[in-house]
Amino acid sequence: MRRPCSRRFFKNPSALVGGIILGFLVIVSVVGPAVVPYSPYKQDTSIKLRGPYAEHWLGTDEFGRDVLSRLVLGSRYSLSAGFVSVGMGLAGGLLLGAPAGYYGGLIDQMVMLLCDILLAFPGVLLSLAITMALGPGIYTPMVAVGISSIPVFARLVRAQFLSLRNAQFVEAARSQGASDARIVFKHLLPNSIGPLVVQSTLRMGSAILTTATLSFLGQGAQPPEPEWGAMLNMAVPYFWTAPHLVILPGLAITITVIAVNLLGDALRDFADPRTRE
Amino acid sequence: MSAYLIRKLALTLVVLLGTATCAFILVHLVPGDPAHALAGPQATPEDVENLRRSLQLDRPLIVQYAVYMRNLLRLDLGRSYTSNKPVIEEIAARWPATLQLSLASLVVAVAVGVPAGVVAATRRGSLADTITMMGAFLGVSMPSFWLGLLLILLFSVKLKLLPFLGRSGPASFVLPSLTLGLGVAANIARLTRASMLEVLGQDYVRTARGKGVPGRRVVYVHALRNASIPIVTIVGLQLGALLGGQVVTEKVFSWPGIGRMIVDALMTRDLLLVQGGILVLSLTFAITNLLTDICYAILDPRIRF
Repeated sequence: MRRPCSRRFFKNPSALVGGIILGFLVIVSVVGPAVVPYSPYKQDTSIKLRGPYAEHWLGTDEFGRDVLSRLVLGSRYSLSAGFVSVGMGLAGGLLLGAPAGYYGGLIDQMVMLLCDILLAFPGVLLSLAITMALGPGIYTPMVAVGISSIPVFARLVRAQFLSLRNAQFVEAARSQGASDARIVFKHLLPNSIGPLVVQSTLRMGSAILTTATLSFLGQGAQPPEPEWGAMLNMAVPYFWTAPHLVILPGLAITITVIAVNLLGDALRDFADPRTRE
Repeated sequence: MSAYLIRKLALTLVVLLGTATCAFILVHLVPGDPAHALAGPQATPEDVENLRRSLQLDRPLIVQYAVYMRNLLRLDLGRSYTSNKPVIEEIAARWPATLQLSLASLVVAVAVGVPAGVVAATRRGSLADTITMMGAFLGVSMPSFWLGLLLILLFSVKLKLLPFLGRSGPASFVLPSLTLGLGVAANIARLTRASMLEVLGQDYVRTARGKGVPGRRVVYVHALRNASIPIVTIVGLQLGALLGGQVVTEKVFSWPGIGRMIVDALMTRDLLLVQGGILVLSLTFAITNLLTDICYAILDPRIRF
């Protein structure tokens, strides 16, 4: 008897470790802010820049705020950044890639040219340019990274639709008089979902890194919001006296991205029949 | 080959035109009045109006776009709002620093990434493979600016071995190029390992081994050359990550390059400087992609365009 899909997936050590860490982070981001001993915003300058000690397990920052409480609340922003930006990229990619792959011709050429143009901006620069247009804010990096992910997803959706549009099951639907919308939503999209889920998970790690980078550059969350990249930005002047302010938020970002990347790699291997077993 | 190159060049030009248009649109989407921001809080309405007229911000958008494109063809990217110097001059002054750091980082990335990937592939399943791949995994999961800060903490603050501010001699290149190069090296190592594993299983590698060709020669001459096309692709593509990464690395190390110029200009809302910096880095990326394509033909004689 075949075991359930999820059990076979979590037999992979990468999937198990990534799943446990990410699950823990999700619980921390949901429950954590309600149970932390201090408010992430409460200032007490008499205990500023203290390293870890009994009352404040991860020390305090330049305003005497509890670093643990701020990191816990910050997990919400980083996880949301991953989900929101990838969700936006996927939605935009579907909107552009689906007609390009399904209809081909001029629409396809126009969409691919637009993708080439957007991909001509190196890495973080397009996101930075978009943050410039939107102005700094907590959601700005998420939107910027989401928009700059659109061409990646559009290309993938187009490739999937292009390979499936003449498949027998699509021909069968077409011969029965199914509308284009029905073919796209009932047949092509469900059959393309696997690679899209894998790509979304793989992109999530880089989305979290880029949003943290934009916040570090001062284009994301503004003080006193405890977003991890912004916390690192604020910590730089106190680098010599309070290195924990630099080490801890960076470690939190790295652990989150490791968890997401482990899951992404495991999903990619699982989706590939050559490496599944 | 030449027909392919002409087609590729034409496409690059179209993409660059689109990039320039995107940069123009983004600058004009910025909320607020640049003339007002530039004139400062003390300026009278007349001062703001004069400034707006001198910057041609009072003309219709389509006219501004036509002027912008015409000026672009003359390499006139406008004037910096803050320094009042031509943007092209500001960029030219910082270009050598950015180029030198990019090249140094690329050397680090290739020098670390390719041998690491080769070692991991040739000793598959060994401790060396596990450690190398764990290192590579950590490398792709770590924010580069955090790595930079940790390197400063260790080598500059604790051990006092290396400088970390500005560009002042060969030693000042070490930490920024490691910061920028190690993340890219991690990607190169992962791909080199995968590509080498595929090639090492091929018949011609077995034949070479069977003929008694020394192991190192089999790996580095027979296998690595055939595994190099995906590696060259990833190196070319990673240059985009390098150029994007410059922005944050230059900020961390106060490196006097285009990346830091962009970040500083973002803070002062010097939009034309941001626009110029982004355009120049994108142009560099487009040219690199073109060169990467040309490299394929040199590396693999089977490829005919």
